[in-house]
Amino acid sequence: MKLEAVLAIVLMLLIAVPASAAAWEPTKPIEFVVPAGTGGGADQMARLIAGIAEKHKFSPRPLLVINKAGAAGAEGFIDVKGRKGDARDHTIIITLSNLFTTPLHNNLPFNWRDYTPIARLALDQFILWVSTTRPDKKDFKTAKEYIAAVKEQMGKPEQMKMAGTGSAQEDQILTIQLEQALGLKFTYVPFRGGGEVCVNLVGNHVDSTVNNPIECVSHWRAGRVRPLAVFDTARIPVGEWKDIPTVKEALGADVSYLMLRGIFGPPSMPKEVAAWYVALLQKVSETPEWKKYMDDGALKPAFATGLEYVKWVEENETLHKELMAKGGLLKK
Amino acid sequence: MRAADITTASVLLLLGGVVLFDAARLGIGWGTDGPKSGFFPFCLAVVLIGACGAILVQALRRSAQTPFVTRERLAPVLTVLWPAVAMVALVHVAGLYVASALYLGFYMRWAGRHGWTAVVLCAVGVPVLTFVVFETWFMVPMPKGPVEAWLGY
Amino acid sequence: MGLENLFHGFQIAVTPFNLFITVLGITLGTIIGVLPGLGGANGVAILLPLTFTMPPTSAIILLTSLYWGALFGGAITSVLFNIPGEPWSVATTFDGYPLARQGQGGQALTAAFTSSFVGALFSIVLITFFAPLLAEIALRFGPPEFFAIQLLTFSSFIGLGGGDPLKSLVSIVLGFILAAVGLDIVTGQLRMTFGFVDLMKGFDFIVAVIGLFGIGEILLSVEEGLSFKGIRTSMNLRVVLDTWKVLPRYARTFVRGAFIGFWMGFKPGGATPASFMSYAFAKRFSKHPERFGKGEIEGVVAPETAAHAAGVAAMLPMITLGIPGSPTAAVMMGGLIIWGLQPGPMLFKDNPDFVWGLIASMYTGNLIGVLMVLAFVPFFASILRIPFAILTPLIVVICAIGSYAVHNSMIDIWYMVIFGVVGYVFKKLDYPLAPLVLALVLGDLAENALRQSLIMSQGSLAIFVTRPIAGAITAVALLFFALPVLTPWWRRLRGNPTVAHET
Repeated sequence: MKLEAVLAIVLMLLIAVPASAAAWEPTKPIEFVVPAGTGGGADQMARLIAGIAEKHKFSPRPLLVINKAGAAGAEGFIDVKGRKGDARDHTIIITLSNLFTTPLHNNLPFNWRDYTPIARLALDQFILWVSTTRPDKKDFKTAKEYIAAVKEQMGKPEQMKMAGTGSAQEDQILTIQLEQALGLKFTYVPFRGGGEVCVNLVGNHVDSTVNNPIECVSHWRAGRVRPLAVFDTARIPVGEWKDIPTVKEALGADVSYLMLRGIFGPPSMPKEVAAWYVALLQKVSETPEWKKYMDDGALKPAFATGLEYVKWVEENETLHKELMAKGGLLKK
Repeated sequence: MRAADITTASVLLLLGGVVLFDAARLGIGWGTDGPKSGFFPFCLAVVLIGACGAILVQALRRSAQTPFVTRERLAPVLTVLWPAVAMVALVHVAGLYVASALYLGFYMRWAGRHGWTAVVLCAVGVPVLTFVVFETWFMVPMPKGPVEAWLGY
Repeated sequence: MGLENLFHGFQIAVTPFNLFITVLGITLGTIIGVLPGLGGANGVAILLPLTFTMPPTSAIILLTSLYWGALFGGAITSVLFNIPGEPWSVATTFDGYPLARQGQGGQALTAAFTSSFVGALFSIVLITFFAPLLAEIALRFGPPEFFAIQLLTFSSFIGLGGGDPLKSLVSIVLGFILAAVGLDIVTGQLRMTFGFVDLMKGFDFIVAVIGLFGIGEILLSVEEGLSFKGIRTSMNLRVVLDTWKVLPRYARTFVRGAFIGFWMGFKPGGATPASFMSYAFAKRFSKHPERFGKGEIEGVVAPETAAHAAGVAAMLPMITLGIPGSPTAAVMMGGLIIWGLQPGPMLFKDNPDFVWGLIASMYTGNLIGVLMVLAFVPFFASILRIPFAILTPLIVVICAIGSYAVHNSMIDIWYMVIFGVVGYVFKKLDYPLAPLVLALVLGDLAENALRQSLIMSQGSLAIFVTRPIAGAITAVALLFFALPVLTPWWRRLRGNPTVAHET
C-alpha cells in the first residue's frame, strides 16, 4: 500500500538520521495522558493501546493511562506541555478534536504546534441518528424526511432538538455546519458524553444526534435508533455500515467531518524517542485486536506519521478555525 | 469565638464579591434558551453576601466571651499542621515517598517520642509499602524526586 | 426465564478459576476502597489492560469483584478515621465515626458491611428478574427528571440539621460555588478561574471531603487532646454476631435504603445522592432523630444499604442500555468493547453466557465479599490501637496520596491542606459541613440538568410540571421543602403536639 510505503520511508529517515537512534528505550513507566474522561472514545483507545502493548510485550515498561479531563481537556494538554527531561521522554498524549477546539473557544495557552507529533492512528466518523420509536409516531426512514420535518418545526416551540457532547466541540460544530448548509435551525442540547447522548435519543428526550458510530451501534442493532447519513465523503466500507448513505448522497449538501484520534508527545521530544513511539504504535496498529476494534467502531484506519501527519493536522486546524468562525464559536 | 466568626464571615463576604465580579463578566441574564453562564454564580454570590452580612452583624452585636482556641490547645494543632504543610512543600522537590518518610520520622520522634528503631522502621517501611502498592501493583504514579530517579523510576 | 438463565450463569461463575478471580478482585478492591482518592473507577481502569488475556466473563468478574470490594472498603476509613474512602461513604461518617470514637468501631463496621450486602442483594435480585423492564423505565428519565431527582435529594436533606440556619445556608451556597468553578459544559465557558490553569479543572469532591472531614477531624481531635489511644475495641468475631442481633430492628431502614439506592442507582450519578437521601429519610422517620450524628447504628445502616444497592444498580444500564450508571461502570464498558463485546440492548441476546455469568457472579461476589470483610472486622477495628503519633502522620500521608491520585495533580494536595483548615474552622464555628459536601457533589449535576431542561423547553420552567415523572418528583421535593413549615401546623391540627412521624 502507498500509505505503508510512505510510512516506511518516514520511519527509515527517523531512524537513520541520528546514529544511536534505535538505542532509545523507555527506562520507566510511560504516562499515557488522556485529555478526556474515563469510558469515552479516547479513553477506550488509550487503554486498548496500553493493553495490546502489554499483551504482546511491545514495550519493556508499562503504559499507564492517566485521565486529565478538566476544562475540556485543557488540563491534560497544559500538563503535558510542561514536561521536561526524563518525564518528557516518558509521556505521550492522545488527542481528539479538543486539541483544536478548546484553545480556539477559550483563551487557553496551548496549540498543537507546542507538541511533538507522533502518529495519527485513526479518524472517527460521525453519523446523523434519529429515534425509531418517536411518541408522535413519525418514523423518519431517510435524511430527507427528517430534514423536511426539521424545517417544518423551525421557530416553533417544538423545534427539533439535536443532542451532542459538550459545547463548542465537534458535535456542535457539525450541527452548525449542517444548519448552515441546509438553512436549518436546531435546538442544540449539550451532554457530558456520547453514551448519554445516544440514550437520550433512545428515550426520545431529543430528536437527533450526531454520534460516533460506536456510541450508538448497539441501539441501532436493537432497532431503537436509525442512522440516516454519514458525515464523510464516502460510505463506511465495513459491515452493515455500507448501506448508510453519505450526507452528499442523502441531502446533496457537502457536510463532512472526521475526528482525529492521534498521539502527540511533549514539546521538543528528541527524535530517537519519538521514533520509538512511532514504532510502538505501528506495531500496535498491526495487531488483530486493533483491527477488530477499528471495524467494530467503524473507525477509519488512517495511520500516518511525520510530515504527512503534520500536514494533516495543519489543514485541520485551519478547517476548525473556519468552521468555528462561521458558527460564532471562536473566543471573544 | 467572636473574632473568628467575624474573620470567617468577612473572608466569605470577600469571596462572594469575587464570585459576583466573575458572574458579571460571564453575563447574568436569562438568554433565549435558559440562563447564561453567570446566572447561578450570581444568585449564589448574592445569597452568600447576604447571609455572611447577617452573620457579621450578629457577631458584632455579641460580646466576646470564649476565645476561638486557647494558646495551649492551639499548640498541638500546630504540631500537626506545620509539619504537614512542610511535607506537602517538600513533595515538590523530593517526591512524595521521601517527603512522607521524613514527615513520618520527624513526627514520630518529635511529637510521639518513639524510640529510634520504631521511627526508622516506620519511616522507611511505610513509604516502601506505599511505593510497592501504588507504583508496582496499581501503577499509579506519584510525584517522585531524585531518589526515585536514581533508583530507575 | 430468570431462574433458568441464572442457573446457567452460576455454572459459569462458580468455577475454581472464577472463584479465585473473585477473591482476588475483592481483596484488591477493598484496598482500593480503603485508600481515599483511589476509587473503584481508578482500580478498574488500572486492571483493565491486565484482563486483556482473560476470557471476557472472567475479566468482568475480576473487575466487578474489585468494584464490590471498593464498595465494601469505602466504609472502613469512614468509620475509623472520618475519611470517606469513596464519595458514597460520606454519609457513613456521620454516625460511623462517632461510634468508633465511643469504642464501637467493630459494631459500626459490622453494620456497614451487612447493610452493604443487604442492599446489594436487593438490587441483584431485581436485576435478575426485571432487567429489561427496568431499562425501559430508566430510558424515561431525561434531563428534567434528573433535575427533579437532584431537587428531591436536596429537599430531603434540608431542614434536618439543627444549628444556625444562616450558617447552613452559607455552607450550601459555598458548596454550590465550589462546584461551579471550572468549565461550564453548557456554554463551554470558563467560570471563576481568573486565568489560573490550576483552577480550570475545578474542585474535586473527593479532595474536598478528604480535607474537610479527614484532615479537619485530625486537627479537631488533637486540639481536644483526644488521642485514638483510649479506644478499646473487642478483638474477636463476637462483635459481628452481637451486632447482627440488633440489626433486625432496622428492617424498615434496610428496605427503604435498598429501595432508594436501587431507584437512584440505575440512573447515572446515583450512589452518592442515594446514600445522603437514605440517611435523611432514616433520620426523618426515626423515633429518635436527636441521636443521629452522635453514633446511631441506624445512621450507618441507612447510607450503606443505599450506597451498595445503588452501586449494584449502576451495572444495569451498562448491560441493558450501554450507558454507564457510574464512573466505574464507564470504565468497565470500555473493557467490554476492548474484549470485543458490544454493551447495550443486544448484549442479553448476543452474549447470554457473559451477561448471566456476570449476574450470577454478582451473587457470589457479594457473598464472598461480605464474608471476607466481616472476617477482618476485628483487624480493622484494631487499627485504632496504633499509637497516636504514628497514626496521625500516617493518615496525613494517606490523605495526601489519595488527593494526588484523584487527578495526578500536586495542587490537589494543597487544596486538601486548605480544606483541612477550613473544615477545622467551620466545625468550630458551627458551620455544618454536610450541606457543603452535598451541594458540591450535586451542584454540577443539578445545574447541568436544569439548563439542559431549559434549553429543551426554550427557557420555560413549565417543563418540570408538564412531564409526568418530573412533575411528580418535583411535587414531592417541594413538599419536603415545605415540611418544616407544615409540620407544626399539622400537629396543631391533630391536637397532639408530641406525635412522632409514622411510616
